[in-house]
Formats: sequence, structure tokens, C-alpha cells
Amino acid sequence: MAIGRAAVVGAGLMGGGIAAHIANAGHDMVLLDIVAQGGGNRSALAEGAVAAMLEAEPAPFMEKADAKRIATGNLEDDLDLLRDADWIIEAVVEKAAVKRDVYQRIESVRRAGSIVSSNTSTIPRRALLEGMPERFARDFLITHFFNPPRYMRLLEMVAGPDTRADAVEAVREFADRKLGKGVVACKDTPGFIANRIGTYWIVAALVEALGGAVTIEEADAVLSRPIGVPKTGVFGLVDLVGLDLMPLVGRSLRDAVPEGDAFRALYREPPVVTALIEKGYTGRKGKGGFYRLKPGSPKKEKEALDLASGEYRPAARPRPESIEQAGGSLRRLFEFPDATGAYAWRVMSGTLAYAAALVPEIADDAESVDRAMRLGYNWKEGPFELIDRVGADWFAGKLADEGRAVPSLLTHAAERGGFYRVEGGRLHHLAPAGGHVPVARPDGVLSLADAKRAGAPLAVNGSASLWDLGDGVACLEFHTKMNALDTEIMALIGRAVEIVGERMTALVVSNEGKDFSVGMNLGLALFVINVGAWKTIAETVAQGQEAFKALKFAPFPVVGAPAGMALGGGCEILLHCDAIQAHAESYIGLVEAGVGLVPAWGGCKELMLRASGGGKRGFGGAMPAITKAFEAIGLAKVSRSAKEARRLGFLREGDAISANRDRLLADAKAKALALADGYAAPEPRTIKLPGKTARVALKMAVKGLAKTRKATPHDLVVTGHLANVLTGGETDATREVPEDRLSELERDALLALIRTPETIARMEHMLETGKPLRN
Amino acid sequence: MQTAVIAGYVRSPFHFAHKGALVEKRPDDLAADVVRGLIATTGIDPAEIEDVIVGCAFPEGEQGFNLGRIVALTADLPISVAGATINRFCGSSMQAIHMAAGAIRMDAGEAFVCAGVESMSRVPMGGFNPMPNPELYERNEGAYMSMGETAENLARKYQITRAEQEALAVASHQRAADAWEAGRFDGEVVSVETGDGPVERDGCIRPGTTAAVLAGLEPAFDADGTVTAGTSSPLTDGAAAVLVCTEDFARRNGLAPLARIKAVAVAGCQPEIMGYGPVVSSEKALARAGIAIADIDVIELNEAFAVQALACVRELAIDLERMNLDGGAIAIGHPLGATGARITGKAAQLLEREGKRYALATQCIGGGQGISTVLEAA
Repeated sequence: MAIGRAAVVGAGLMGGGIAAHIANAGHDMVLLDIVAQGGGNRSALAEGAVAAMLEAEPAPFMEKADAKRIATGNLEDDLDLLRDADWIIEAVVEKAAVKRDVYQRIESVRRAGSIVSSNTSTIPRRALLEGMPERFARDFLITHFFNPPRYMRLLEMVAGPDTRADAVEAVREFADRKLGKGVVACKDTPGFIANRIGTYWIVAALVEALGGAVTIEEADAVLSRPIGVPKTGVFGLVDLVGLDLMPLVGRSLRDAVPEGDAFRALYREPPVVTALIEKGYTGRKGKGGFYRLKPGSPKKEKEALDLASGEYRPAARPRPESIEQAGGSLRRLFEFPDATGAYAWRVMSGTLAYAAALVPEIADDAESVDRAMRLGYNWKEGPFELIDRVGADWFAGKLADEGRAVPSLLTHAAERGGFYRVEGGRLHHLAPAGGHVPVARPDGVLSLADAKRAGAPLAVNGSASLWDLGDGVACLEFHTKMNALDTEIMALIGRAVEIVGERMTALVVSNEGKDFSVGMNLGLALFVINVGAWKTIAETVAQGQEAFKALKFAPFPVVGAPAGMALGGGCEILLHCDAIQAHAESYIGLVEAGVGLVPAWGGCKELMLRASGGGKRGFGGAMPAITKAFEAIGLAKVSRSAKEARRLGFLREGDAISANRDRLLADAKAKALALADGYAAPEPRTIKLPGKTARVALKMAVKGLAKTRKATPHDLVVTGHLANVLTGGETDATREVPEDRLSELERDALLALIRTPETIARMEHMLETGKPLRN
Repeated sequence: MQTAVIAGYVRSPFHFAHKGALVEKRPDDLAADVVRGLIATTGIDPAEIEDVIVGCAFPEGEQGFNLGRIVALTADLPISVAGATINRFCGSSMQAIHMAAGAIRMDAGEAFVCAGVESMSRVPMGGFNPMPNPELYERNEGAYMSMGETAENLARKYQITRAEQEALAVASHQRAADAWEAGRFDGEVVSVETGDGPVERDGCIRPGTTAAVLAGLEPAFDADGTVTAGTSSPLTDGAAAVLVCTEDFARRNGLAPLARIKAVAVAGCQPEIMGYGPVVSSEKALARAGIAIADIDVIELNEAFAVQALACVRELAIDLERMNLDGGAIAIGHPLGATGARITGKAAQLLEREGKRYALATQCIGGGQGISTVLEAA
């Protein structure tokens, strides 16, 4: 069965977010909540949730128009709306009795074969099913989303022995392909995987810090980047999630785990935290938690809680020596003889040992646990990958030396040389019993990491590599910091065009970094400006233009496959591809105007060609196309999703979107192969542009913005140059302008702007603060 | 020599562009609905119409081709009825009335439908493909200056305060709301069909508008200026139509004329203060009529901007009690091409309703012009 219509009951933070994300996937939705109190609009709760989400940040909706897919109502008047739903998700308060009451209502209307799932994070499936008929049980499972549902990739799924296999499969498929989730099958145990281990980790971090050996800033410093955890660390994470939730989650987990579970012994509610909550500190959503902004401080001074005194004091920015000295080695960090090293060891050894003791109780294998922690807590590596980093045998040995229990799975791993290994170019993981087996990749999932394990690159330099994805398709990977573009990358593009042209079928441009590319290396550019090497800048512009042109006119198809940010030059390379296969979370834009420049690696040219509609005469003459490109570049617009990128003109009709990050590369490869059949490189185009006439029209518009201070004095200069490029320079509406001419105009515009003090000031400001200077 | 009279006037409801009830109504269809309404109200035989003259400020897209002929055909007028489109920006449909009156004077027809329309939702102000002349722009920026900027220029030149502008806007809304309340728009506004059913009432008027509400708005065109969205006429969708005919024609068809067209004038002024245009055109028209402003009992002065109307009030020494009795464009709306027909028809209607002798209808025009019509009781 395939899921078409879905419904969510419970319009809280999670229910609303889930509904929004299903709407993002292009599916019509029903969102119900209880009847609102106090008369008036009876569906105010669900309607209010949708209205609030339209304003929320980070945005639950990929496009505002997606909100229209959600039909709202209340559980008394609109229960009938559930009749058409293939999948009904319950996301009401975490009370089994309340949930069961909702199930009774759902059961009274839902159609045969529909699926019901609970978004519970704590209640076991069997407890939810008490008193429910067999028909319901067969169609019932747990689907546990993480907050916020659009952005967090983990979906924990718990099916029972009695759940229909095809229902499980339908939800898995939908969650994977449409919602882009990493689905991890869990056992029906308390807290499932991620929160079971994550809660242990958080409580351990708190308990170990109570003695006063480390401050909370030091704790967060070691329990973040050094172990591959987001920079919020632990205390920052608790503030983010909600300090008031801590005792609720902790207590319910403590009461639910089996006798003898290490969490029971660990769990404590320190008076200092209880007092904090009683004083109304709920974390970032309220007036603060472990950290807060000093009340009444206009400069937003940050304060941190002293765990010993319970008082706030100015927050420090510690740089523990343990981190410096460890130099990236986790083992050296754990062994470093100071308070922070000892702290890191105590918290992490406890957590990792706890995780090892829980397999196969909570999951079939260690790999599932690692995946859950990566996708649900944004850890770079899961607990077993971390154990491999320090060495399973070393870890087991150190636990034994300290007289602590060594979980049997850890002993097993120590004997077998760790949890993971590469054999025959493939990643293997340790089965709980027996040896290493290949990590299974579902159909349609292709990882560049796998391709890299399988063999040597076809070409490589310090900034980029070319890999063989099989079937004649190569992948061009950037690997600079934030995948910024530099001359090495441009050089490797040249090599890639040669290699693929000689002996392969198609090229995909993609990587597995957080961001596809943030564009030009600003620091490097400023260095060149500061030494006045204008010739170098001209050469860099020319090199980029040539490299991207080589991609565009190569005798084989090129597919760009971005995820995350594709800004400036990162966007320009995409615009030169034959097609784009974008991850749904792609943030694409030509942002050069923000640093006082115009795109000059063909970005203006390509966006203008796109806006002018494939050479066909556009509706209403040249101006609408020029205006569209002018606004996108002049306002440095960045799409907030791949769908929005389509509306901004970065994606074309034939370009496609992959909801699941893991499927992006395979989808891009398939697209490249589809294009390869009978492929003919594009012909250079000419375009009729109105020149000066259109520039006056644009100038008038920008002057209006300047009057209302929506445009700054330097904006007038930058947009003047941009207008010159987009209108074809000195031309006439009746003349054909070759696309190469637009490249020349871009180059001239950039070389003129980059010498202005205002543009240099913008670049310096961006580099220093990460924010645009409005001069 | 024949005398031209105004023997009928109707308009569509006026609604906000982009968000009002007429967003999905094509302008040619909208104008045709109003022309049908005029013929139904007056009961004339359409075969006797010489010409349908339609004013429109941006005659392109759905307002393109020869809109006058398109509207005549859309309204199912007999094939023999001709059609022309006239553009004098905001003065377009008042110009249509002037052309009809002129034709009547030279015996070139007896009955004319003078209409105007603008869908500012469907055809943007400035058009789809603005192509200003670069050389002219360099020499004379005012030729293409935005209307908001010209309004700010007048505010500075005449030192008209924001509070004065807001007082005029409040009065405009109040008078328009009262007129609806008292049923004074009943014979004037004809129902228009849309996909969502008939539209019968105006959509731009905000009866609750107070000076305090307006004082909270940000300046719309100049961060240091005084003109806000609340003291400007809104972008509007709407149409209006007037029957201009000879006195004989009216008598033959049993029509009681609303007013006689006494004198008309157009005149240019500095483009940067285009809102001043009514001063020069009205002075000419009054002189041609041989009367003084003090003789005028009823004035319809288009409120493109409150500040622009106030500048004209000051220069022409207009008595505000005689001006825009049922509200002005700030409240009712300003569909560019339709406004001239609305305020001229309105002035004629008021003359009859109030039992007065002379009326003046006048408006400013982008690019620096004014247009005026002096009416006399029939």
C-alpha cells in the first residue's frame, strides 16, 4: 500500500511540526486538536498552530504555500476528516490514558487498512494498546520523530509482532522517500534508542559536574567539538530542549528501565537544578537555564550558572588544555591528567559502556544505535564509532582496570578488532553474535564514503577529488573548509572534464559535507586585494569562468547535487550543470551583492539565460526576466528550501528534489545516466537585451528603495554594475548578445567593484562577523 | 451648435488590487459590465451610440489591443458602435468625456459612452515591460518620477504637515462610509459578476480610520517624509462609465440630464510636482466658463495623495466643505483609468442631488498635468 493522505491528531509543537513536514512533502493533511476552551472558534488550537508555524524559526514549512495543504479542525466536529486518511499520527500529551481515548475516537471513524502510529517518546507500544481491539493493534506502530520534525532526520520506528508487515513497510517507505527520514527500527523498550542513551549522557554530564571539578562552560567545551557533538554541548542542549522537561524525562525513564539498569543508579535530581526550575528557569524558551542573558543588560551579556552556589556569574569561554594537548585524539583527551580530561572520561566512558550494554536489548545491532545518535542528536559519530576511535580493546581494558563492568558486546568487539572495519572496499560492522558483516545499504542509497572506500580517486589535489561511482559516472567532490572554491578546485574541474570526456559517461558534482559550497574563499580574496594583486583576481575570475564553461559545454551530462548551502560560486557551478538534483534542504543563492560584488563566474549570465526562458520570447518582453534576475542577485536572495530555489529560478523544470539526504547521490547518478542517453552538449545562446533603456527602469526602482532606506548608497553602486550586466551593456533591444559577452560584462563589473573601499569594507566585515555590512 | 450633457453615470465597486474581490476579474470584462450597467440604467437604445471611448493608464496585457472596441464587443453592443482607447494616465476617462463633448460640439455624434478602467492587480503600474527613454531621463528625471516622490515634493514645497494630511484622509473615509450608510451610492454602484458571485459594495473604505491609527504608519516613499499608505490613494481595481450626449438626445430618450458640460481644460506643470496640475487646468477651465472658484458649489478633486489635494485646495482657495462630499480616492480607491469618469459623473450627480448650479471636477496626472471639467446644472 502507498500512503496518500495523512492526518495528525494533536497540534502541539511535535504534532504541528510533523503535519507541516508532511505538507512539505506535497501531501494533503488533516490536523486536529481538542475543542478550544472559552467558546468562539472551536478549532482554534489547530488553526493557531498552523498560523504560529508560519511565523516560527527555523521555519517548519519549506514554502508558506505548503500551509494550505493542512486542513484544520477539532476532535469533536471534524473527526470525520480522518475517514480518508491512510496514515493517522497521534501526537497528543504523553499520558497513556489520554492517548487511548484518542485511539477510541480514531477507531470509530478510520477506514479499514489505514495505519495509526503514536509519536510517543516514552510509552511502550504494548502499554498503549491496552484494551484496544486486535484490528487496531494490527495497524498500530510507534513513529517517534525528533524536534524539529522538518530538520531532525531520525525517525524511530517500533512495530509489534502483531503489526501488519505491509503497514510497517508503507510507513518506512513514506518516511524515507517523502519525508527524508533515516528510519531506525527499535525494540519496544523505554526511550527507544536515542533518548535512552542521550538521557543517560545528559544526566551523567550533570552528575559528574556537581562536584565542582569543572564549570558548566568547561563541561560544554569538552563534551562538544572534541567528541563530535554540536557546540551546544550538554548544558546548552538542555537549555535548548527545555530545562523543565529534564525531571519529567529522567523520572519516566528511570521508572521504566529494568531493575539493575545503570540509569537507575545514576539518576539524581540535584537540588540546584530543582531550585532553578522552581524559580521559573525553563531554558532558552523562557528566561534562561544553565545559561542566561544577564537581565536588563542591553549588551546581551551571557551568564552561566555556578553549580556549587546556584548563582549566576559572567560566562567564561574556557579553552581547556586537555583539548589543545589531545590534538584531536579522543584517547589523549580521556587520559589527560586534569579535571576536564577526567571529566570527559567519566561521562563518556559511562555513556559508551551503557550503550554497549544495551545491544541487543534496544536494537538489533550497534550500527543502528550509531545511526540513531547521529541522526537524532547530531553526533558526528555514534557511541560505537567513538569506541572504535579510542580502540575497543583499550576501552575494555581501561574499564577493567578501574574495576568496572565490561559489557559482553564490548569484550566481543575488543576480541574482533572493533565494531567496524573495511573489508574488500566495503564497510562492515560487527554483528552482536559472530563476526563482521557488510553494512546493508537500501536500494537507491549510494554513499560517496562507500565509493571512496572502494578504490583510489580518478584524480585528486588538495581541494577536490574525482571518484568513480560505477556505471561510467564520476563524482567531483570538494573537500576544502566549508567547501569554499579555490584555484585547486577549478584546476580539478578541468581534469575531470578531460577524464570523463575520455573514458566515462557522465559527471555528478556533489559531496557529503554539511554544505555543498559556500562559494569563493573570502579570506583568500581579501589577502589578494590587500597586496593589490589585481591581475591575480582577474586570472581567478577567468579561471572560474573557463572551468564552469567547460562543465557546461562538456560532451557529457553534468548533474549538480547540492545539499545545505550552495552560495555564490557554489550556486554558480550548479547553474552551469545540465541538471540539478537538489536535496530538499538546499539553501541556494547568489549572495555576492552582500559583499559588494556581482557574481562573475557566470552566475549573472546563467540566471539571466534561465530567466529569459530557454531562448523563447518571454511574456511581456525582456523586462520581467531582467527584473527576476536583478532581484534575485541584487537582494542576494537565498532559498530556504529546494522548493523555494525553484521559484527563485535556480532550479529549472527538469531539475528534481530528493527528500532524503542518503538518496541524493544515487538520484543524481540516475539523472546523469538518463541524460547520457543521446546526450548533446548545449549550443551557446544569444539573447536580445534592451541595454540602457532597461537600466534606467532598474535605476528608478532602486532609487525608490534608497529613499525609504531599503537600499544603501553602495547598494546603488553594486546594483548599477549588476544592471549593466543583466541588460547587456551597450547594446540595443534589436541586437543579439552572445552569452560570452555577458561573461565579459560580469568580469568587468567584478573587477571594478572589488577595488572600491566600500566593497572591501563589506568583505572584511563579512569575514569578521559573518554578517553583511550595510554601507 | 449642440450642448453636451451628462445623462448617466455608474461605476463598479472599487476594491484593493492584489487582495480585493476583483483581483480575478479581467479589466475588459469589468469595463463591459459597467457599460452594460450604464445602458440598463439609462435605458437607451445602444444602436444610437456613436462611440465607446475607454480611458486606461496602462493599456497593455488584458488592457491592451484597442480596449475601447474590445469592451464594446464584450458588452454585446451593436457592431455599428465604434470604440477607441484613450490614455492620459489618471486623466484618461475625463479626457474621454472631453473628447465626446468636443465631438458633440462639431456635430460628430449624439451619444457617447465614456468609460474608464484599471485593474492594478492584473496590469502593474508602469506596465510589464517599462522602457523609459534614457536620454530624456538624464535630462529630465521628473518625466518618470514615482508618484510618491512627487507627493513628498509638494509636502516640502507647501509645508503641509503629516497631521493635516491625516485629517483629510480620516474625513475621506468618514464621508465615504456615511454615504454607503445613507444609501447615497445605491444608484451609482452597479453589481459586478465574479467567480465568487456578485460584488456589490466597495472594498477599500475603512470606516474606523482614525488619526491615531494613521499616525502609526511608516512613511511609504521617503524614510524622512510625511506621506504614508494611509494618506495615499490605494492601488485599486475598478471601472466607471458616463453617458455624454446632446440635450436633444436626452430629451428624445426621456432622460433627465444630470449636468451640462460648461467648460474643459488641460494644462501642464512641473513633473516633479505633478499633483499641482489641477491648479493650472482649473484656472483655465474656470476662465473659459467665465466664473470664479467662489461660484463653484460642488467640487470633486481627486485625492491621489492627501498632500496633493491639500496643495490644490490651498492654491485654488477651495472650501473643503464643498469638496468630495461622498469621500474621495483615499477612501474609495483610485483605479487610474477609471477615476476621471467617476469624479466627473459624481460631480454631475451631486449637482443634481444637492440642487446646486456649478460643479468642478479636476485631477492631477503623472508626468505633470492637470485636467478639469466645469459643469452647470442642466
